[in-house]
Amino acid sequence: MNDAPCIELQRVEAGYEQPVVGPLSFALGAGEIVALWGPNGCGKTTAMNAIGGSARVFSGTIRKRPGLRISHQQQNPLSLRDIPLSGRELLALTGGDAAALPSSLQPLLDRRLSELSGGQLQLLQVWACLTAPVDVALLDEPTNNVDAEGIALLEQVIDRERRRRAILLVSHDRRFVEALGARVVEVGAP
Amino acid sequence: MNWTAMFEPMFFMPFATGLLVAAVLPILGMYLRLREEWLAALAFAQLAAAGSLAAAIAGAPVLVGGLALSGVAAAAKAWIARNGNNGYAILMVAGWGASVLMLANAPLADHLGHALFDGQLYFTDAHNLWSMAAFALVGGLTMRWLSHKLLFERMFPDFFRASGLSATRYHLLFDLLAAAGLALATASVGVMAAFTLVFVPTMIAYQWGRSWRQSLAIAVVIGVVAYVVAFQIALVQDQPFGPVLVVTMVSAAAGAWALRKLAFRQPARTPAKH
Repeated sequence: MNDAPCIELQRVEAGYEQPVVGPLSFALGAGEIVALWGPNGCGKTTAMNAIGGSARVFSGTIRKRPGLRISHQQQNPLSLRDIPLSGRELLALTGGDAAALPSSLQPLLDRRLSELSGGQLQLLQVWACLTAPVDVALLDEPTNNVDAEGIALLEQVIDRERRRRAILLVSHDRRFVEALGARVVEVGAP
Repeated sequence: MNWTAMFEPMFFMPFATGLLVAAVLPILGMYLRLREEWLAALAFAQLAAAGSLAAAIAGAPVLVGGLALSGVAAAAKAWIARNGNNGYAILMVAGWGASVLMLANAPLADHLGHALFDGQLYFTDAHNLWSMAAFALVGGLTMRWLSHKLLFERMFPDFFRASGLSATRYHLLFDLLAAAGLALATASVGVMAAFTLVFVPTMIAYQWGRSWRQSLAIAVVIGVVAYVVAFQIALVQDQPFGPVLVVTMVSAAAGAWALRKLAFRQPARTPAKH
């Protein structure tokens, strides 16, 4: 078995125009759930984006295991509502598991994305990333817009999926993070 | 109205060529709109016209000239602007300027210029038909393979980036495909008719479709039906095909808009009883 971490950050300072987070060091091992935690504006999302490749790394190193497949759920998926895509087609894009979706959410599969509420769309986006055939899932505020029932569902599916892949999440919902038993990494500005 | 005129030997080849164009362009349009790059259709069409005119003046095959210039533009677009309509707008005005200058200075190209800008479908020949048929076959197979990748990258851009994958080659392949399709279509139906077939059916399909598959089907059906109606009207009324198709498409867009307003009209509120 490969004991090397899936992703390892060493004294990473990241941002866009200038560093807004770091230096940050942590490792994400296989089957592990790590939650980035800190006050608003501390750069949690930026740190996740640096791992995802959409934010700039100013110093330090991010090591990814060779051949690592990563899914990345962003915070703001609503701008793509104009595209005529059904829920089923959305899940098919990532190879997400539509059959495992609870029966209460099955009707969402045949509806157009623009007909879904913010919470429903968020759930499908998270589901698409979480159940895709990947080694690591990056989830940025997965509980945004999601009601209590949806959050309970996310807890169940994350618990199930943790056996198959590592999960790195950003969340401001402490109860959610604790319910998952995630290892918490404090994030601070430079 | 005589609905069999389009099947007469004299008109069947132009009709069949246009029918292929009307089925293929809305599909390309769906993916151009997906990337919010529908202006590319006009840019490729204008450049194809300029390339065709340049080829005619140089004594080279017209189709080759159109394909070459729009193909170079598709490759250059990746360098001018990686995404968005800025690069396409520059290419569009460049194509238009070059075409008008060539027409002003080379009277021999005047006949072809009218065909390209007025949309005189009736001058197409077997070269146009077989080129378009070959493109429909190769383009259709390529799009079957490419569709998932273009949709995936659009809906989950960070998915690609995070795994260290690049969508550049998929975009370049689609740009080249769109440029080739628009170049062949422009040579048959003219600049504005080609652009309209990309733009209008897609616009309606994006409003009405409940899934991507269904939207593709809606776009193709609108393109084909509007084309058949426009062809027939132009033939029977002896009008230039291009403008008739544009007017037919605009009417279809207006009809779809009105129908949508009616279908999704909010019921009037009844006053509360006290």
